[in-house]
Order: sequence, then structure tokens, then C-alpha cells
Amino acid sequence: MNITEKMLAKASGKQVVYSGEIVDANVDMIMVHDLTGPLAVEAFKKIGVQKIWDNQKAVVILDHQVPAESVRAAELHKTMRQFAQDQKIRIYDVGRGGICHQVMPEKGHVVPGTVIVGADSHTCTYGAFGAFATGIGSTEAAAVFATGKIWLKVPEAIKINVTGEFQKYVTPKDLILSIIGRMGVDGATYKSTEFTGPTIKNMSIAGRMTLCNMAVEMGAKNGIIEPDETTRKFLEGRTSKALPNFESLKSDKDAVYERTIEFDVSKMEPQIACPSSVDNVKPVSEAGNVQIEQAFIGSCTNGRIEDLRLAAQVLKGKRVKDNVRALVIPASQEVYKQALNEGLLEIFTDAGAIVCGSACGPCLGGHIGLLAADEVCVSTSNRNFIGRMGSTKASVYLASPATVAASAVTGKITDPRKLEAKA
Amino acid sequence: MNMKIKGPAIKFGNNIDTDVILPGQFMTLVDSYELAKHALSGLDPAFPDKAKKGIIVVGGKNFGCGSSREQAPLALKYAGVKCVLAESFARIFFRNAINIGLPVIECKGIFNEVETGDEITVDFEAGKIENISKDKKFQVDKLPPFMLEILADGGLIENLRRRLNKK
Repeated sequence: MNITEKMLAKASGKQVVYSGEIVDANVDMIMVHDLTGPLAVEAFKKIGVQKIWDNQKAVVILDHQVPAESVRAAELHKTMRQFAQDQKIRIYDVGRGGICHQVMPEKGHVVPGTVIVGADSHTCTYGAFGAFATGIGSTEAAAVFATGKIWLKVPEAIKINVTGEFQKYVTPKDLILSIIGRMGVDGATYKSTEFTGPTIKNMSIAGRMTLCNMAVEMGAKNGIIEPDETTRKFLEGRTSKALPNFESLKSDKDAVYERTIEFDVSKMEPQIACPSSVDNVKPVSEAGNVQIEQAFIGSCTNGRIEDLRLAAQVLKGKRVKDNVRALVIPASQEVYKQALNEGLLEIFTDAGAIVCGSACGPCLGGHIGLLAADEVCVSTSNRNFIGRMGSTKASVYLASPATVAASAVTGKITDPRKLEAKA
Repeated sequence: MNMKIKGPAIKFGNNIDTDVILPGQFMTLVDSYELAKHALSGLDPAFPDKAKKGIIVVGGKNFGCGSSREQAPLALKYAGVKCVLAESFARIFFRNAINIGLPVIECKGIFNEVETGDEITVDFEAGKIENISKDKKFQVDKLPPFMLEILADGGLIENLRRRLNKK
């Protein structure tokens, strides 16, 4: 079996499972946030069960519209606080957490080998730690609250084998954009995407999270990376739960894959996803002359300390172009504090960027930093759909923190290697 | 839920994402009929008006990709969409739709055989879809019995209530 099949077999009490089989899996952890949680709470109340199945296995994180930007959002937050209090569930409120997919592993809620569901499509991020993690809707979250179980079809798996060393200013974000560009936005629908190879072995947790985070952008059910010493180091001191033997979380030599795809990153250039589809990917050098009004560095894809360091490296001693607004949003309070201690926030502020509190921000067009008609934003986030960040007439380009920072300086989409060559 | 339905089609393309089905800025709306006023407003602000009388949405590949927001299928359902037929669906949207009692069926070949305005009938139990206007018939894989049961009950919550009460 491959690693995903092993986890689903264990969760459903079976020795072996096969792709296509529907299993009833026990859920080890569930997360809901402020936009999907309220519907789940409403649905849960209708089921007629008083207490959730296990209040140690559920987490509420407020991150999408925080701090509340409207009375409506404030009411939703109030609903979630009340639910957390009634059910005695851990809640990460404003100023205590940050973006759900950063907070979950940071605070030790992600354990390798476990089944985690979240009422958010980017729940697949936790595959970076060797957990089976997938996004669900609110009603299904309510059913999990009541029963602790979920039906899952065991997915076919695609192996994505990555070799080579990244060049300077080429990042895991460029890799995943390149993968999605080749696979297409429905290239892995219903499937598991397993990232393997020496490049993945050498990759930081932050980079692995960026890869697994965007697995859903090619339709995947989950992204998955075998846990190793890098995983162990990150989790040490964060979780009180016993870690499983990682040897049991490796794909067997005779594991079945629908196909294997090879990527060599050694000659890869910085990549960009052009409007309005995440698979509309090309090298930044071929993007042409695109003027921008906004640059956004943050989100569950690229708001980690490694991402902010990279952006700061590009922005240090430079100024954001006069007619450009640059927003920097650390993914969590922990990342925020680290960036503060390292002097990164000063670099951003000196450059003329605004640093906002840890939240999803403009990524989903619901809170701050929305776009007007005909405006262009280059963003480190994960989606560039029509209307994603505000006006349906605005355009969003997706790129790495280095590319976004370089573009903020020049006022147009810029290859970070070019900016450095000029300096 | 009625296991046989009939209505005119409104057709959309490939990769219809949940951000165009229900833009993020309306996610704080809690009333399903309020959500419905913005259904598919990312592509056609007049859609809720057109859907009012009860319609069937036909899509291409990967319908409902993107965000897990259940507000997307809710907005469609309460706008008047009786069913979504597509070449393929994004998995979270598919589950969400079934779970809220909005029938969705994967139907290979439908995209090229339907135009907006065509009269469509769907028989869920038999797995039969017909484009009456063009006299085209499709046989699809029937949904597994437990999904049909969820739809027949009107959604996962109603289904769960019934099952939990039985115990």
C-alpha cells in the first residue's frame, strides 16, 4: 500500500484497502473556522445530539474575517465562541492564533499518520507532516461532530518525484505552480498526490506545506509527504501526543500508483500563474509587461517565516513603487513575533509596505485589501479565480514571495533574479 | 425529494469555481435565500432571476472547483437549481451538494449535447437523463444507495437524524 492507503486502512480498522473502495474512517481531528463553522454549528444543532463525539479532537480557529470587519462577521465569531465554550473545544481567537492551516501544526494538532478533516479546502496542507488531511463542507463537519466518522473513497495515487536543487530565488511555490501548470486544475481530481524524491527530502517544513497546500488546486483529495527527521524536529515540543513509528508511514516498494511524474527543479525559473486559472502558468520571464496596483505576501500558502525572510531579503533597503500597495501578513502570531524579533517587520515598514495582523487577509476577497475593477494584484496566495480578491474585473497573478516582493519594488511583474542583477 | 425532475438547462463552461458561484464577500450571509441572490454572480449577475422558475445547470469538467464553501451549492439550490449535471465535479463540491440535498450527477458527453434553454429530464433512481429538446438520452452510473438515501431524505442532516433515531 502507499502511505495514504495505509492511513485509511488504519483509520477504518482494516488490514488492507484498495483504491476505489469506500471506507468509514475514524476522524482523529477536525477543524472549522469562522466562515464554515457557523453553518456547521447550525447543522449540528439540527441533528439533535447534545455533545460532540470527542471535544479533544475538535478545534475552532477564527482567521478569515478577523478582527471582525462587519457586524455580520462579529455575529459569526460570537456563534463560534459560544459553541466552543458550550462544547469545551479549544478555540484560537483573535490575537491567539492566526491562519488555521498554520496554527494547526504549530500548536501540535497535526500528528503524522492521523486522519484530519477541516471545513476548508486547504486542509490538505497537513499532508506535509504525513497526515491524511482533506477538506470537507460544513454539513459534513456537523456529521463528524456528531459521529466522529466520515466516509471516504480510497483515492488512486499519483506520485510526483522531484529531483535537483533550486536556484537562488526559485522556491517550492515555483515548483508547485509548475506542477499544476503541467497537470491542469483537474489533473488530480479525487486523487492523492504523493510528493517524493531527494528535493522533497531536503525541503523545509514550510516548503512542504506550500506544496501540499496547493494539491487541491489540481483537484487532489490530499497531498502527502512521508514524515522524517525534519518533521520530527518541527513537531518536537509542539504536540503532547506520542508520535507514531515513522517506518510504518512509508509507501511500500510495491505500492500502486496511477502514474508517476518526474520534475527536475535544477533549471526551473520563477513561475507565475496568470489570470484567471491556477494552471495558467508560465515562467515569470515570459509574463510580459504587467503593471500592478497591489502586492500581497501572506496566506496559508506563503505566509511563513521562511517566506517573509525571502521577501525581506528582496525588499531590504528598497522602496515599494509609489503607485503600488504592498501588504504583508504573517501567517500566525508565532510567525509575526518571529518576524518582529528578526527585524523583518522593520524592513517591510521601511520599504513602505503595510504589515497586517495574522489572518487570511485579501486572499479570499472577504476582508482587507480588496481590489477595484481593472486593478492587478500579484500575490503569494493560492487562487486567482475571477472575483477572488474583490471586483470581478480585477486580475490576480500568483507567484513566490521573492517574485511578489520584486514586483512590488518595480511596480510590474518582475523576476526577482533580474531585480538583483540590476542592484 | 422527488427522484424525477424536469426543467430547462442553463449551461456554463469548464472549471466553474466556487468563487464565481458564491463570491467570498458574501460568505458572511447566513440566510440561504440571501445567498441565493448572489448565486453565480461572478459570471452572470442575472442568474438568480433566470433560475427562479426552477432550472437544471449543465457544466463541463471540474464543476465546483476551489473553496470548500458550502455556501456555493446552497446559493444554487435556493436560487432554484434543481440539479447540476456536469462532465466531472470537484470532490468537495460534489459531497457538499449531496449533503445539502442538491442532486449532482456526473454525465459524460452531456456538455456537447445541451444548449441553454433545452428541456432536460433526470431520473435519479434509474440513472437516466434526457435532453427532450434534442432527443438525446444518457445513461449514467447510478449514485451509490447511501447517497441516494441522503438525497431522498433531503440532505445529510435529515438522513443522520433518521439513522440516529433508529438506533
